[in-house]
Amino acid sequence: MDSIPMNVSGHFNYWVAIFLMMTGFYVVISRGNLIKKLIGLNLFSTSVFILYISLGKIHGATAPIASETFHLYSNPLPHVLILTAIVVGVATTAVGLALTARIYEQYGTIEEDEIRIKDESL
Amino acid sequence: MIHLPHLAHLAIWQVLFPLLAAPLCLLLRSGRLAWLIATLASWASLAVSVLLLRTINCNGPLTYNLGGWPAPWGITYHVDALSAFVLLIVSAMAALVMPYAAKSVSREIDVENHRLFYALLLICQAGLLGIVVTGDAFNMYVFLELSSLSSYALIALGKRRRALTAAFQYLVMGTIGATFILIGIGLLYSLTGTLNIQDLAVRIALIPTSAVGHRTLITAFAFLTVGFSLKLALFPLHLWLPNAYTYAPSVVTTFLAATATKVAVYMLLRFSFSILGSRFVFEQLTLGKIMLLPSLAAIIIASLVAIFQYDIKRMLAYSSIAQIGYMTLGISLNSHTGLMAGILHMFNHALMKGALFMVMGAVSYRVGSVYLNDFRGLGRRMPWTMAAFVIGGLSLMGVPLTAGFISKWFLIEAALETGWWSITAVILLGSLLAVIYIWRVVETAYFNPLQEIEDDEHTEAPASLLIPLWILIGANIYFGIDTSVPVDMASWAASALLEGTMR
Amino acid sequence: MELFIDITLLTFLCITALAITVIRKLFCAVMLAGIFSLLSACLFVSMDAVDVAFTEAAVGTGIATVLMLAALNLSHSREKCPPYQPLLALLVVCTTGAVLVYGTMDLPAFGDATAPIHHHVAPRYIEQSQQEIGPPNFVTSILASYRGYDTLAETVVIFTAGLSVVALLGIRDRRGGQSITTDRSAMKGYLVLRVVTKLLLPFIFLFALYVQFHGDYGPGGGFQAGVIFASGVIIHSLTLGRDRTLKAFPQRFLTILATAGVLLYGGTGLAAMVRGGNFLDYSVLGATALAGQHLGIFLVELGVGVTVFASMTLMYYAFSYRKEA
Repeated sequence: MDSIPMNVSGHFNYWVAIFLMMTGFYVVISRGNLIKKLIGLNLFSTSVFILYISLGKIHGATAPIASETFHLYSNPLPHVLILTAIVVGVATTAVGLALTARIYEQYGTIEEDEIRIKDESL
Repeated sequence: MIHLPHLAHLAIWQVLFPLLAAPLCLLLRSGRLAWLIATLASWASLAVSVLLLRTINCNGPLTYNLGGWPAPWGITYHVDALSAFVLLIVSAMAALVMPYAAKSVSREIDVENHRLFYALLLICQAGLLGIVVTGDAFNMYVFLELSSLSSYALIALGKRRRALTAAFQYLVMGTIGATFILIGIGLLYSLTGTLNIQDLAVRIALIPTSAVGHRTLITAFAFLTVGFSLKLALFPLHLWLPNAYTYAPSVVTTFLAATATKVAVYMLLRFSFSILGSRFVFEQLTLGKIMLLPSLAAIIIASLVAIFQYDIKRMLAYSSIAQIGYMTLGISLNSHTGLMAGILHMFNHALMKGALFMVMGAVSYRVGSVYLNDFRGLGRRMPWTMAAFVIGGLSLMGVPLTAGFISKWFLIEAALETGWWSITAVILLGSLLAVIYIWRVVETAYFNPLQEIEDDEHTEAPASLLIPLWILIGANIYFGIDTSVPVDMASWAASALLEGTMR
Repeated sequence: MELFIDITLLTFLCITALAITVIRKLFCAVMLAGIFSLLSACLFVSMDAVDVAFTEAAVGTGIATVLMLAALNLSHSREKCPPYQPLLALLVVCTTGAVLVYGTMDLPAFGDATAPIHHHVAPRYIEQSQQEIGPPNFVTSILASYRGYDTLAETVVIFTAGLSVVALLGIRDRRGGQSITTDRSAMKGYLVLRVVTKLLLPFIFLFALYVQFHGDYGPGGGFQAGVIFASGVIIHSLTLGRDRTLKAFPQRFLTILATAGVLLYGGTGLAAMVRGGNFLDYSVLGATALAGQHLGIFLVELGVGVTVFASMTLMYYAFSYRKEA
């Protein structure tokens, strides 16, 4: 169970999700552009959603809506949690974008380093 | 006496009052009425939290099944000693901040945004209360995001343009923290199949230390700790805090400084003690050693930085980072006294920082800004406000007969128990540095010769600002003399946590 | 076959994510982010999460992209080259990723039916929700009843976002100064677009209503319906002009609607308390527990739909009116 080669096929999904998460995380912390940062945050959280949904999947199962022909359903609880998380994500993005728009009006730029220079010159 | 069936619903009313008052604020046409609703809701919420504390004192912890669904299937509210204590801190601060807000907000926020401001403040309060009262890990995440989202907007409503960048920075770091917490909760869920905190504790205890699942558990805990540390602004992850506190409207700074970081500390305590258990966290993962260094660094470095600030709000923000260091220091000592000192300091710090930031609000109401130079001659012009600053400052230093002394005392006692003299030295050094940065302001206010007194408008702040301020100052003194209530509650909460049960 | 689809989608996702990191044109980055979320919606379908896929497609691909484009319209559309090599960032990210991969070592394999996650709480939802609550869609049962309180909080979150955006950007009603005929935001020259939009709108709104009220039986529900309704209004505003939209759906009306949705949800919970149950315990609302659950879910889903629609539309207004204000 413990050896890595056996895990590869079973954990492939998780690892790709982690790779995507880290790409998003990298965009957030390495980029100075505010909109790019928000895109990175979106990427980061969407990839976490992929991880959650992967955890809820069962091989050979079907979507969790009761029907006569199926008896094995994937776990519906992660789906519910992620529905909530998606809403939280878009809410945060919207507030972030509103802040960006105001920052552009006030500073004339949305690059972090230029904003810093304008603040220090005062 | 109140009948039991009503008491059964207490836990949900704690959150419902502010949560449902917020949309009501929007329906009203005038900001004045919105303020009235907000104040009433926050007082109702305070009354509920006092009743809750009394109920728990008599009958033990209280569980409430939302939607009528029992524990692991539905969301339950669970109130134990620690949560009742933190609920009291949050709702008491909200109840004091709301009356204070009337004048301060009318000076600092555009009229058309008043209704929105009070609605957001209520939502923030509801979010913080919801985090503390819930017994469900995912529900905690949702309410965390609710309180964070509203606080981003509240901070951005500050007058200066840097409020916008401060809010953006907080939004990015806060969302990273929340996503880390989401990952941590997901991993815990994948190991146990449950989200209920008590149920999680039971099922995690069943995982043997050497078996499959252990590595996932460690990772989950690591992500949760980093996420909470971001939210509570533990030393190297504190970067969002100084700007956010400096540029936010005075009311928002007062409320967030007194409550938001405390609630983050609460979440850390809840996850590390109630879910994972103190033995696992401290003996196997050595959380104590991991947190000790950042805590000590926070106390010294943040206090040093505070000394060199000219914006006094910013100075107090750095001082907050240092004070958070005291709380996490108490936790990391991993003893009953240490834990108790940490919890007690949550309460005392809310009292003193709430009071000091209210002073900032009063000064900025009269003078317009809170740079060190603006304080010249204020000792004579605003005697009540500055006297409050002096007493609040003494409490921050930890002078006897103030609340701040009590938590420092227990902290030192806990440090001596471990036998590490160096920790005691750091605590004392922190207090000494606090003396320096508070003294700078006091000296400017009282001993700098007045250069021009021709403008008579800089007089004492209005009563609606002074009364809440002096209630807090009174509490600082009262709880420095009669220490039994908070000390008993903190001690009770600490022993419940150490037993690993949600009592 | 399933594995093949899975691998293909994941590969596309990786390529899109990498493209986002290198591209400098923000417009392209926003579109790529939209593609990313559409791809992840497809992946969610292949992993049986149809409700999540529906929401991700509507929100991530639809609303989020629209809001991002609106924000770009208010600011710069090109990113500057970073002045430094972000080595520290790379280090942090690699460490975090390594810790996470370490953490997945002990996770059960993907799709394993014996994993603990499927065996404690979830079986009750699948086995008993139809007797206890009714709807064949388990996700609806959990969302609206078992974990209905989370959904209330979620509704307040989107309401808060609406409030925050309005507080930050403000909506200036310019109808006083300008008549509808001079509205520059209307796409005057595009007759086909205008006619097609007018033809499409009733169907979009009808579809939104279908999604709203059919959520018990298939994927969908209040949240998705609210988003679809809002997107209909956005199309209306884009092609026929903002002022006409504002006349049809005034700001004050939307604010009241958003508030009413939250209060409807909260009020349903309070009604349960009045009738002797716990907060949000719908069983006491009807003659039988099942009837009560049915009524309760209907009401709260309606509350969610109304709040989501109104808040999303308000946010769009705030962004779209900022430019000329």
